[in-house]
Amino acid sequence: MAKKFLILWMAALLLLTTGLMSAWAADSVMLATTTSTDNTGLMDILAPRFEKDTGIELKWTAIGTGKALEMGKNCDVDVLLVHAPAAEKKYVADGFGRDRTQVMYNDFVIIGPKNDPVALRGASVVEAIKKLATGKAAFVSRGDNSGTHKKEISLWKKAGMAVPDQQKWYIQTGQGMIATLNVATEKGAYSMTDRGTFIKYSENHGVNPPLVALVEGDPGLFNQYSLIAVDPANCSNTKYGLAKRLAEWMTSDDIQKLIGNFKLMNKRLFIPNAR
Amino acid sequence: MDYILSGLIQAFELLFQGNPETYSAVKTTVFASSLSVGASMLIGAPLGFCLGYARFPGARPIRVVVDTMLSLPTVVIGLLCYAFMSHRGPLGDLGLLFTIPGMAIGQTILGLPIVVALTASAVENLDHRLKQTLLTLGAEPHQLLLTSLWEARFALALAGAAAYGRIVSEVGISMMIGGNIKWHTRTITTAIAMETGKGQFAVGIALGLILITLALLVNLAMSGLKRLSGQ
Repeated sequence: MAKKFLILWMAALLLLTTGLMSAWAADSVMLATTTSTDNTGLMDILAPRFEKDTGIELKWTAIGTGKALEMGKNCDVDVLLVHAPAAEKKYVADGFGRDRTQVMYNDFVIIGPKNDPVALRGASVVEAIKKLATGKAAFVSRGDNSGTHKKEISLWKKAGMAVPDQQKWYIQTGQGMIATLNVATEKGAYSMTDRGTFIKYSENHGVNPPLVALVEGDPGLFNQYSLIAVDPANCSNTKYGLAKRLAEWMTSDDIQKLIGNFKLMNKRLFIPNAR
Repeated sequence: MDYILSGLIQAFELLFQGNPETYSAVKTTVFASSLSVGASMLIGAPLGFCLGYARFPGARPIRVVVDTMLSLPTVVIGLLCYAFMSHRGPLGDLGLLFTIPGMAIGQTILGLPIVVALTASAVENLDHRLKQTLLTLGAEPHQLLLTSLWEARFALALAGAAAYGRIVSEVGISMMIGGNIKWHTRTITTAIAMETGKGQFAVGIALGLILITLALLVNLAMSGLKRLSGQ
């Protein structure tokens, strides 16, 4: 009986090691991307096409821009798809990344409930922020150091306001874009989002989304997405060649067209602008 | 109420039409949790035996430590493993971050105390005459270990099931170390967290149903084993 047990133990150990071996990854490139490209379903279209075109597998993890930059610093990913130009430029200048490449853009919108309790509709960005700062209605922020969150903080500063960090009406979710919009919906609150995620959100809610776009079209709400390769000088393990390949592929005419044709509710979510 | 019902209906559609994303998450969950339950058992059973069998000074404090580790939060394990497995961390060169083996290591840390504690209790509760009989018959130490574990085999299986239940339902470790990567490290629980975040309740409900079914299967197997042992 004891012998049977020993054999069982050995067999299980063998099985375990072979299992571990088989799980080791093949040739692939690891991308840290902002939640908007994942939440909208864009990555689900790009990744299989990349593998088909190049034979390289594209794996991605969807997190805020701030965390993506941290992952790049820690050498845990090979390439980033992010949208916070000021932080990106600093990141490249600090020697953590290189070859920052513009891929596409959309714009930010400030959204809120249809009855619009603090009357943001049609206001300029600065006016809107000042009205929000009265605290008469709740505002839901990402609060996660993402590209959208960084943009929102810059808007408070632009309006000459302190970020209302500890105010009761200022709700910080620390979650992804769609999750944050769902919180705003439940609370009947205002929020800020990129256009792509807003269209996806509207589609999720059918023809009649509870939150609508109130402030839009200001040049200050421009939202640029860029690819950055992790600098091999900082991370010897990074797959710089594959990252470069991904950037070349994403800025090629065919893929730029593919991004431009990605539509929900007959609206474009991202507008390609590679140079 | 409407969306809950339509979620349920859509859930069954996803299951029976063989939705590849759903099945990829199921496969990852089964694979990762099998690896970690296996490792927990292989490492934990001998350790638990020593703890329950041998009388040595310090056994009691160790028991307290093991019992404390039973309630180790998964996010703390996730955080520690992430710090170790990041390329800046001491184990960074192994490339474990964002892989199933990496997740399995974290989950093993979760399952190990359960197996150790339950094995130790099971061995403690074994008939004391067994040890004496074995020793009188001139058993070597390893024979003592194996025979005792064999006698406690059903309690061991229960320890495995308990560990499985905790591992298969955790989300903190899978999310932090696995990274919820589609087709790779997206498990049932991380997918549910993500789909709920996106407001896609149907997929979440479908995955939840599968998770419950998995747990049911394991428990059915366990009660079957128990009945076998009774005969």
